[in-house]
Amino acid sequence: MKLPALKFSKKPSEMDRRDFLRAGAALATITLAPGVTLMAFGGSEAKANADPAKRWGLLIDVNKCVKDCTACVSACSQENGWRLPVNKETDAQWIRKVTLTDNDTGREEYLVTMCQHCEEPPCVDVCPTGASFKRVDGIVLVDKHICIGCRYCMMACPYKARSFVHENIVDEQKTWAPRGKGTVESCTMCVHRVDTGRIPACVEACNATGHGAIIFGDLKDPESEISKALAKYPSTALRDDLGLNPGVRYSNL
Amino acid sequence: MERTIYREIQANRAILQTAALLGVFLLGAAGAVLYMEEYGHIVTGMTNQIVWGLPHVFAIFLIVAASGALNVASIASVFGKTPYKPLSRLSALLAMALLAGGLAVLVLDLGRPDRLIIAMTTYNFKSIFAWNIYLYNGFFLIVGIYLYTQMARSMPAKVVKTAGFVAFIWRLALTTGTGSIFGWLVARAAYESAIMAPLFIVMSFAFGLAVFILVVTFTTRVTGRPFGPKLLNRLGRLLGIFVGLVLYFTAIQHLTSGYWARNGGIERFILFNGGIYTTLFWVGQVLIGGLIPLALVFHPTGGRKPASTIVASILVILGGFAQVYVIVIGGQAYPLNIFPGFTASSSFFDGVVNTYNPSWPEFLLGMGGVALALTITGLGMKVLRILPTNLSDANVGQM
Amino acid sequence: MKRLLVFFILATALAGHTAIAGNLGPEIPKATGKPHPEGNLWMRINHPKMLLHDRNLTMRQGDRDIEFSLKGCVSCHAVKGADGQPVGYDDPKYFCRVCHDYAAVKVDCFMCHNSKPEEKTQAFLSPRKAPDSNELAAYLNKTGKETGQ
Repeated sequence: MKLPALKFSKKPSEMDRRDFLRAGAALATITLAPGVTLMAFGGSEAKANADPAKRWGLLIDVNKCVKDCTACVSACSQENGWRLPVNKETDAQWIRKVTLTDNDTGREEYLVTMCQHCEEPPCVDVCPTGASFKRVDGIVLVDKHICIGCRYCMMACPYKARSFVHENIVDEQKTWAPRGKGTVESCTMCVHRVDTGRIPACVEACNATGHGAIIFGDLKDPESEISKALAKYPSTALRDDLGLNPGVRYSNL
Repeated sequence: MERTIYREIQANRAILQTAALLGVFLLGAAGAVLYMEEYGHIVTGMTNQIVWGLPHVFAIFLIVAASGALNVASIASVFGKTPYKPLSRLSALLAMALLAGGLAVLVLDLGRPDRLIIAMTTYNFKSIFAWNIYLYNGFFLIVGIYLYTQMARSMPAKVVKTAGFVAFIWRLALTTGTGSIFGWLVARAAYESAIMAPLFIVMSFAFGLAVFILVVTFTTRVTGRPFGPKLLNRLGRLLGIFVGLVLYFTAIQHLTSGYWARNGGIERFILFNGGIYTTLFWVGQVLIGGLIPLALVFHPTGGRKPASTIVASILVILGGFAQVYVIVIGGQAYPLNIFPGFTASSSFFDGVVNTYNPSWPEFLLGMGGVALALTITGLGMKVLRILPTNLSDANVGQM
Repeated sequence: MKRLLVFFILATALAGHTAIAGNLGPEIPKATGKPHPEGNLWMRINHPKMLLHDRNLTMRQGDRDIEFSLKGCVSCHAVKGADGQPVGYDDPKYFCRVCHDYAAVKVDCFMCHNSKPEEKTQAFLSPRKAPDSNELAAYLNKTGKETGQ
């Protein structure tokens, strides 16, 4: 997506603050004058870290995900500034630990689930304003600047990956993860970290416990750790029948 | 047979009392909106599992009923049934009013209602929701023009008919859009089905006509204008046909879905072991909203009594709310099957039937939408020449 | 005659208003760091456009090194309260509110964004780099050409 060039209003002649306040009428004229395109000082070229040649993904090894460990969940909560659920029905949960019991054998398995960063995300399709969008590198995000809080994306998501912010949040947000009442949110794959060459908080935390159950990487790069693992071991996507091609994969499920 | 004369309704005691009652509901809704705005959706019964709640039940009922309220006008203009002609203006007015009421509820329930301007200016054209915004706005425009052509002096009949035809096509598209909001969702077993669009269309026929019958009966009674029992009976039998269609489409919906092994769970849930949803389905929708109204309007002797049609209309509305409730809330209450073959459990209610406890603010907001629709209708009849002075059987003629 | 009267009343009212505005205008709090080379008036007029433009750069394209970020505004302009800590948007002294309350223009940013500076930038460690005199001259030259001044 190409953003339109920024049009500044005409630069007004030198005025001090007093003039600015007095010149109500004059100011209106200046503001309404035709815009000119200018680059501001030090205007470096836009550094778009979202790279269409990449597709970020996660591979979660169910065998390595341990029963009572929630290190990744805590790490995500801390990194992105959402509290671990107190009101379970209304608090946001970007990532959650799920216990699975096989209906036939009774065997228990553990995994974590979050936004699956689909290639064909239903949340993006249904969003009336385009607030729900997919970056060129496959990360699915909510643009909270234009989210109207209709929750249709939550109806459309087959993974229950999204949460609605039910309460006021005042000055508790991280600067890299804005979140506020009346808008929808979900896992961002720690896009602020990815853009600066770091790995998502959940992956980092999982590695720190020594479990190493989550691999992060570029699915389009055959040399990446995740691509090699996917090539070597069988894996699956949740609700693969829907054909959404999620960026989050599971092995040993 | 005298000429049909349309006159503004005059305020009297009964009308003022009704207006005051509607005003109370509007104030209640205003309070509810401010309360929800201040504290967020935490004060409602809606959660991250039941994301659409009572406001959506009201909104969808009203929006669906809106397109159905246009039935009478369509039958008169498009299908040339002259006895319905005197009711066409009210039909068009009521359609716009119901849509306005429904949309008001929908918009005021948004997480960020202050961003309505964004919803109106920033579109994702792949979203059926975005299409609906055009369909809704277009409906006001087209039905407004249609109403104008009916009311303008010396408007050629052909123009009225053309406007009526466009409005008829548009309302079908509108309800198709509303049904597809659900029908196109692959995520939830209760929705994913092309039948949602035609189901919503027949629902609109029934709900809209039921509301129309009650509004016209009430207004003619309180203004002392004659309303022929045969005309009412005719509307009642038409309602019966629509109610039968709703039952038919509902049966097809559940038979098809139930036939698929993968949907066995959701069908058992709605039809047999879903608690409140099963009760609302069988008792609310099928019995109260379906079978009893059918028996009332088609009873060989009792069906001719005006009371039968009126009671049937009330029951169809109640059953309609039950049906929309089962679709909207019941469809969300049943857990998503993210891990087929496994039983899931988590802190996020995976694998659990979700509970929903509607709250007062939600109910007041929904009732405010109903009150808004009726207020607009009443004001419209007060200031415009909408309602004929004489709707007696002798005056409207035979079919 | 009537028209003339209306004109005089309006003119008097406007004059009075201007005079009052001069005295009772918003008390704009001082910021730390180097002043904007574009000038304060420029910033007053154009800051919404720049924020709007650059937010989309970050949001949609992942550009984390943008010129005009809300975080950047907050880190230099934050106002300290009586306790020496930066005040939040709920305080009328908050730097955005001083003008925006005066102009009755709603700011929507802090429904989602934190209105206080990040801990590590609270000491205003990273003010924007000020241009050197060559850059300034080139910029003014360019501006003059493009605006025909």
